[in-house]
Amino acid sequence: MAVRDAPTTSALVVDRIEVVLGGRPIISNVSFLLGRGEFAGVIGANGAGKTTLLRTILGLERASQGTVQIHDATGSAGRPRVGYVPQKVLLDPSLPLRARDLVALGLDGHRLGLPLPSPARDRLVAEMLEAVDAQDFADERVGTLSGGQQQRILIAHALIRRPVLLVMDEPLASLDVHSAASVAALLAHLAKTQDVAILLSAHDMNPLVGVMDRIVYLANGHAAEGSVEEVLRGDVLSELYGHHVDVIRVHDRIVVVVAPGDPSATDHATLLSGGRETD
Amino acid sequence: MNRLLRILVEPGFFTNGSVHTALVVGAGAALVSGVVGVFTVMRGQSFAGHALSDVSSAGGSLSFLLRMNPLLGFLGMAALASGGMELAGVRYARGRDLATGVVLGAGLGLAALFLYLDSTFTTTTGAAITVMFGSMFAIPASTAILASLVGLVALVAVAVLYRPLLLTSVHWELAAVRGVRVGLIALLYMLVLSLAVSLSAITVGAILSTALLIGPAGTALGVARRPGSAVLLACGIALGATWLGILLAYDSGAWTPQHPWPVSFFVVALLLLSYLAIGRSPRRVPRPANGEM
Amino acid sequence: MFAGFMLGTWMVGTLAALVAGVVGVFVVLRGSAFAAHTLPLSAFPGAAAASLVGRSQILGMVLFAGVGVVGIARLPRRDDHDVGTALTLVTLLGLGALFLSLTNGYASEVYALLFGQVLGVGVRDLTVVAIMGAVAIAATAVFYRPLLLTSISSELAEAQGVSCEQMDVIFLILLALTTVMTLPIVGALLVFSLLVGPPAAARMLTKTPLHTVLLSVVLALLVTWLAIALSYLTNWPIGFFVGALGALAYGAGVAWSAWRGRSRRDVAGATRAI
Repeated sequence: MAVRDAPTTSALVVDRIEVVLGGRPIISNVSFLLGRGEFAGVIGANGAGKTTLLRTILGLERASQGTVQIHDATGSAGRPRVGYVPQKVLLDPSLPLRARDLVALGLDGHRLGLPLPSPARDRLVAEMLEAVDAQDFADERVGTLSGGQQQRILIAHALIRRPVLLVMDEPLASLDVHSAASVAALLAHLAKTQDVAILLSAHDMNPLVGVMDRIVYLANGHAAEGSVEEVLRGDVLSELYGHHVDVIRVHDRIVVVVAPGDPSATDHATLLSGGRETD
Repeated sequence: MNRLLRILVEPGFFTNGSVHTALVVGAGAALVSGVVGVFTVMRGQSFAGHALSDVSSAGGSLSFLLRMNPLLGFLGMAALASGGMELAGVRYARGRDLATGVVLGAGLGLAALFLYLDSTFTTTTGAAITVMFGSMFAIPASTAILASLVGLVALVAVAVLYRPLLLTSVHWELAAVRGVRVGLIALLYMLVLSLAVSLSAITVGAILSTALLIGPAGTALGVARRPGSAVLLACGIALGATWLGILLAYDSGAWTPQHPWPVSFFVVALLLLSYLAIGRSPRRVPRPANGEM
Repeated sequence: MFAGFMLGTWMVGTLAALVAGVVGVFVVLRGSAFAAHTLPLSAFPGAAAASLVGRSQILGMVLFAGVGVVGIARLPRRDDHDVGTALTLVTLLGLGALFLSLTNGYASEVYALLFGQVLGVGVRDLTVVAIMGAVAIAATAVFYRPLLLTSISSELAEAQGVSCEQMDVIFLILLALTTVMTLPIVGALLVFSLLVGPPAAARMLTKTPLHTVLLSVVLALLVTWLAIALSYLTNWPIGFFVGALGALAYGAGVAWSAWRGRSRRDVAGATRAI
């Protein structure tokens, strides 16, 4: 898996990293680049190492080998901003907090002192709400919104500080088919318009296939990366899994079928078909 | 041998009638609290258990006003509050704690009023201390029979409900799928809890009864691997702390003659010690870091 | 009712209600009812110990509330931190029982500490209470946003680099300050009512956190003033009125939001369908 050229224009450079947890290598020799304005999915079954990869990029786990670099536009030193949307954020419906307030907290929730009235902040919040198409429910209590609506608000909460990279852990997992598709389309659109690199993990690739620029496909701790066309091919995935794999396109869906007889086959076959989650 | 016994135990301990009553009632309270407490901690209802005992203090103070057996007062109020808390049932954990808290505040307000009226309309002195902190050596012998009866009912109820109670405590959705009537079990459990709480309220006092309920169970659940052994261990710790506490309090009459130390202090101190001694090294099953590897 | 000897009570009561109204909002948002109940009772043995050695009650309460904070934050936790809180609570109460029995603890003194008394405060305590109140309000203002963020979602807060554990300790310290101010009037057992009733009602009636704080303060002031006045007039214990009025405020909040919820449900349903 060769690293593409011209790393200076990339927001994220992951170079041959290996992460060992509890004495066991969870991912090894994983490399990929992600440019500003690009939208990429980290795809893999449960246990493939998605969360470990994201946590390493966020600096929450240490890579035993290899490096992770994040560059801002000027390529200058210092810590570039990374936005993060954790998995399963549960918001209590009884919280007296409008969606708008949660977005504002994304900007300055870590600062000390009372939030004084600020037209500049209000403008920024309004801009972000518009960008995620959430004006209609911006003044509702955030806990009472639907899953897809909350996901939009959480994206605005993370993007308002203008990060160079936005990392999201399974943002589509708890959404129905239509919400997942519309959030995926929104993310692809935001990557371009907000000039941010967006990386998300998902165990079902189907809502993302038409909209993601790059795919990082994880299996057995190794990765295949590239465009959807480059990666989702029988020969590429067969090499990754180490035995024969078929990539089947049925209607609009892509199904990866791992050959029967392989001990790790069953869960890959069912999970990556995406059928269980969405149908 | 005899002299050693004399050093450990002040004379009269084994022949004193009120000590006998204290030992019997204390044992009942300890056993029932040990058993029920395991479920309370497993269900994450420590606060509800504590709130129930605090609210029962209103019943205890009312009983002084009406000149009836305090155990009945504690029991009536606890049962009333437990039913109310369960039926009000709030879905979100935060909301549940708040609703519990508001009931608790109102109940304590009532206790304040009854205690005030006690001191105004009756000649009772020290009702506040008795109700809140317990006076074990002042329990009338007649209460021992009633207490044993209440304890027996509670233990039988737990024995009957044991399996569904355990299942709902581990995971109520699992239980509901298996056809357990989760709501009914929760209500019955709260009623059993009110029996346990009122028994320990007359023993160590209303605001300290949480100690007997949570202390032994919290300690036992840290080391036991099976629910049955957790229950037994909790009972053992509770009984040991209560009886040793009674003994030490009796002995303390010789240390500071004017001011015998309260039983509740010793019981609570012993329970904390056991929690720290046994609880410091909880046996954990090693877990892989961070859910997905 | 407004005679000179009541001056201390009115002023300290007002300050206490102000601070309890503000800090109580975070009690409600964080779901920390148990801690809010435990800290006042932790301070109680401090008052008892102070009268045993003849020192200032406030000093004793500050010391023991501090022990309570450490206990809640640091006792070995299993999966359920409630157990640690419960044990902190009963241990300190047990000590309180001991101190009282060693001081010839008169029932009336115990009663006043637990359930409050209208004449609990002299004007001389006013300075100390005013300073504590100012510190508590200032600290809440300084930590307002991180406190809020950690109350909303610990995952979001950590993602933004705010330490939940640190905010927990700061919150407990705020709670301890509030406790020490409020306890002499309202009593250890019912400080809690003031910390939970008004903010819980305010939370249901408002949509933004700042409005919740304002309404909560107004309700807390109303409850406290009414309780002092009623207690003075009837001679009944102030704790009773605080408990009852706190529950009343909460009940009114539930009723109001249920009524409003029914008339607004159609609108909300339409929004959710988008």
